[in-house]
Amino acid sequence: MIAAPIHLAGERLMLDPSGALVWPATGTLVVSDLHLEKGSSYARKGMLLPPWDTHATLDRLTLLLRRYQPRIVVALGDSFHDAEGAARLPAGEIARLNAMTEAHRFIWVQGNHDPTPPVGLGGDHVAEFATARLVFRHDAIAGATGEISGHYHPKATVPARGGSVSRPCFVADARRIMLPAFGAYTGGLDVRDPAIMRLFPRGARVFLLGKDRLFSFALGTERRAATG
Amino acid sequence: MQGTLPEQFATWFARQGWTPRPHQLAMLDAARAGESVLLIAPTGGGKTLAGFLPTLVDLAETPCPGLHTLYVSPLKALATDIARNLLRPVEQMGLSVSIETRTGDTPANRRARQRAEPPHILLTTPESLAVLLSLPDGGKMFAGLECVVVDEVHALAGTKRGDQLALGVARLGMLAPRLRRVGLSATVAHPAAIQAYIGATRIIGVADGAPPDLSMMLPEGRLSWSGHMGLEAAPPVMARIRAAGTTIVFVNTRAQAELMFQALWKLNDPALPIALHHGSLEVEQRRRVEAAMAAGKLRAVVATSSLDLGIDWGGVDQVIQVGAPKGVSRLLQRVGRANHRMDEASRAILVPANRFEVLECEAAMLGVGAREPDGDPPRSGGLDVLAQHLLGLACAAPFLPDDAYAEVCRAAPYVALTRQDFDDVLAFVENGGYALAAYERWRKLFRDSEGRVHVRSARIATQHRMNIGTIVEAPLLKVRLIGAKKRFGPVLGEIEEYFVSLLRPGDTFMFAGRLLKFLRLHEMAVECAEGGTGEPMVPAYEGGRLPLTTNLADRVRGLLQDPSRWALFPEQVQEWLRLQRTRSRMPGRNDLLVETFPRGDRWYLVAYCFEGRNAHQTLGMLLTRRMERAGMAPLGFVATDYVLGIWSADRPLNVAALFDQDMLGDDLEAWMAESSMLRRTFRNVAVIAGLIERHHPGADKSRRQVTVNSDLIYDVLRKHQPDHILLRATRADAAGGLIDLARVAGMLVRVKGRIVHMVLSRVSPLAVPVLLEIGRESVRTAEDEEKLLAEAEAIIADATGEAEQPHRGVPDRSGVKTIHRANVGRGRAEGETRQHADGKARGKPAQANLFDRLA
Repeated sequence: MIAAPIHLAGERLMLDPSGALVWPATGTLVVSDLHLEKGSSYARKGMLLPPWDTHATLDRLTLLLRRYQPRIVVALGDSFHDAEGAARLPAGEIARLNAMTEAHRFIWVQGNHDPTPPVGLGGDHVAEFATARLVFRHDAIAGATGEISGHYHPKATVPARGGSVSRPCFVADARRIMLPAFGAYTGGLDVRDPAIMRLFPRGARVFLLGKDRLFSFALGTERRAATG
Repeated sequence: MQGTLPEQFATWFARQGWTPRPHQLAMLDAARAGESVLLIAPTGGGKTLAGFLPTLVDLAETPCPGLHTLYVSPLKALATDIARNLLRPVEQMGLSVSIETRTGDTPANRRARQRAEPPHILLTTPESLAVLLSLPDGGKMFAGLECVVVDEVHALAGTKRGDQLALGVARLGMLAPRLRRVGLSATVAHPAAIQAYIGATRIIGVADGAPPDLSMMLPEGRLSWSGHMGLEAAPPVMARIRAAGTTIVFVNTRAQAELMFQALWKLNDPALPIALHHGSLEVEQRRRVEAAMAAGKLRAVVATSSLDLGIDWGGVDQVIQVGAPKGVSRLLQRVGRANHRMDEASRAILVPANRFEVLECEAAMLGVGAREPDGDPPRSGGLDVLAQHLLGLACAAPFLPDDAYAEVCRAAPYVALTRQDFDDVLAFVENGGYALAAYERWRKLFRDSEGRVHVRSARIATQHRMNIGTIVEAPLLKVRLIGAKKRFGPVLGEIEEYFVSLLRPGDTFMFAGRLLKFLRLHEMAVECAEGGTGEPMVPAYEGGRLPLTTNLADRVRGLLQDPSRWALFPEQVQEWLRLQRTRSRMPGRNDLLVETFPRGDRWYLVAYCFEGRNAHQTLGMLLTRRMERAGMAPLGFVATDYVLGIWSADRPLNVAALFDQDMLGDDLEAWMAESSMLRRTFRNVAVIAGLIERHHPGADKSRRQVTVNSDLIYDVLRKHQPDHILLRATRADAAGGLIDLARVAGMLVRVKGRIVHMVLSRVSPLAVPVLLEIGRESVRTAEDEEKLLAEAEAIIADATGEAEQPHRGVPDRSGVKTIHRANVGRGRAEGETRQHADGKARGKPAQANLFDRLA
């Protein structure tokens, strides 16, 4: 796994091909949109998706924690698929999560799917997590700078020989970085969707997730292409 | 007992100037004897009237209220058309027989009335029947049913829609003890299998009419070496259209239909009314074309298999098939669309698009001449369809699993269903069937103290009915035309999401016979304006290609083997084949010819398997894996219907060993795990089985980014429960379909010890077409996606002078190399990086756009 460095607001950050962001100077690991218990959330509504999604997501998170050994872990909102998600966690997964929240300073940033603190789990619950130069929030705010966000589950499609390849991706410009969703059952929204594009009026760079590395492409806007 | 027509009917026939045909009387006899029968008749044989005559006679002789006959057709339009045609004799004879249709388009108030007061004859589709059967009062509605007529059985048997219908008919058999089953079919290769499907005691056959008048037409000048569009033939096709009354121009893919339509339109100086018809066009537009055709207002329609079945127009003078027909039965079906009168010959012209297709057209014509229809026998029923059916059963009424199992096994596609599979499917419907008993609280079905299975809630039943059906399409986006002043125009049809991902605003593409300019993607609709400029793109569709049938492949192989029959071919083709014989050899009927030769800095391996494109793709995946292990450095492969071509950096040696059957072991398992085709198959299975819903009551569409991604579910399920019933269903489906494992396995067994390896110094004449396909076609595994991404990244970097590549190395938390700096700058970056960023900003003209198409 080769992480890619990127600079934002004078801070050196690392983008990990798993979809996590690392801030080495402060020992912070950031993951977004875990959507834990999405499987059981659908099951409630009559779609009996396989129930191992929380397990699979926490497996991937465990690997990252082992590799980076962060001091602080930030879950950038929508950590649970719905407000009652934490209450449906199987006992084994609760134990794993609590081990994580004890070993690291764990910050649950609130998202639209999980506006309330997860019941029975450690860690701090905040609306957003601000540091001197960087702010971590679930949903990006137009005009903000030094912002790390999630929410949109960005994915990009790249034309390639014989068709195209579509992958979740980071989206970044000089002001902000948007993280892809980390959860096992999370779908994606195309980066060209106006909802994402409006946050990157001057174009952006996307980093598609690969098995061992990221693949980087420029994402222009039409106006820019026309005048450039 | 010789069938006779009652007075009233005999008079009506006489008034039409008709005499009842023997098969029509035989059908009447069968009905009087209470027999279930299969009628096999060529197109134009008066099948439909024969199917309904017994019902009309019975209702005329012993009128009684309630549903008498249920007619099921694969097409909504066909049901509507037949209803109209039936009304004529009913009115003219003054019978008091009520006839109605029920499809997805039927308004709710009429549906409700139909359930309260069913008509004598109800015409419907397999999906609508499934909905009716899932309703609690279905039992009452069907209790007195006398007869079910299944039209175009040959098009349903062996498909998932056919599975669904077979289960529905088995259910009807339980609800209506007197039920008689009647199948109406075109001529088929496996009549016994179709008879079993319908559960008929005997087959009533109709003598074939006049043999069709088939000819081949070649474009002027040299015959194309490759390509499948056949656009060179547009001028002679146009000439034929002008010379005839009404023509259907059949092509094989929707993309080809768009291109051919444009090509013809450019030549259409007299502005003849020519229309386009394919499955992605808006239903309204298709109906308009069909209506114009029926009214005789069109001179030609360019169509795909969307017109293979359907309304009887009578007035079509000729059929032109552009591109190879891919099968004898398909060709017969298409040819039958011209001149729907049995005693007159249908006229059809075949226009091959390349040299191999000349062989295939000739082989197909010989097959038609020999009256040898083809096609595979129906496969066994899908477990995903069974899952949908079982939930439907529970929605209608509680059932005992033993009874349901016995009933399901009465449906022909499920006769061999094991109790284990049945139980696993039922468990899946009940609570997901997961090893982890996580969903007890949310189970969809529950059992009472007597072991009866009930649906948990009315809401589950409602959800189920919204999702009935077995046709699953790739994610589609509507194409909406935007007029001047940004006014919303009509929806033209739907194109696949992935094609849209290749479009940039301003790009031109071809759809619905128009040149369109892509404006933007807005709320799941592709907005575009009339009149694009520049080279247009044409949407392609998954699974658009028709597979070559086994029989036709055998015939082509046979033709190649027998030089005495080459005189049938145009001189150019003969010369090509003679050259092949001198420079290499012809592929044998019972062996496998494999050629290897160098070209440029690569080696090529061409295998003449004749097993169809799907099987060749699978074989290509497996062979390249094996070559990779053997150190031959394979670089890629291309599959056509006839051959497989692989290119490699090193010379392929020991070729016979490469084709050993043991590739179907571990290699196959390893590949299937990653295969995108398996993922696509899983998606269909998951949707049909009800794991993923297409429609949800009151679904909030604004949060569309958080949709359920079937690939992710597939990965999780494969890891945690690899023997889950849906994964088993997926593998079974893929083996028979997209990866066509059966044909690969059959071939490997057949050619064992019979591989003829020709080591050549240069490309052989027969290999030229496949070499030309390289670059047009590509198949890849998930692993290759990474290579393609790296390639795309490198090309863009080259093109923009941004040539640094990420360094590969050991993961390192502290000293990570600088890779991407594109978004740094504006004075906030650290010293070193700012220099780079500024330098680049000045030095580089335009930023490469991610969505630039890579030529």
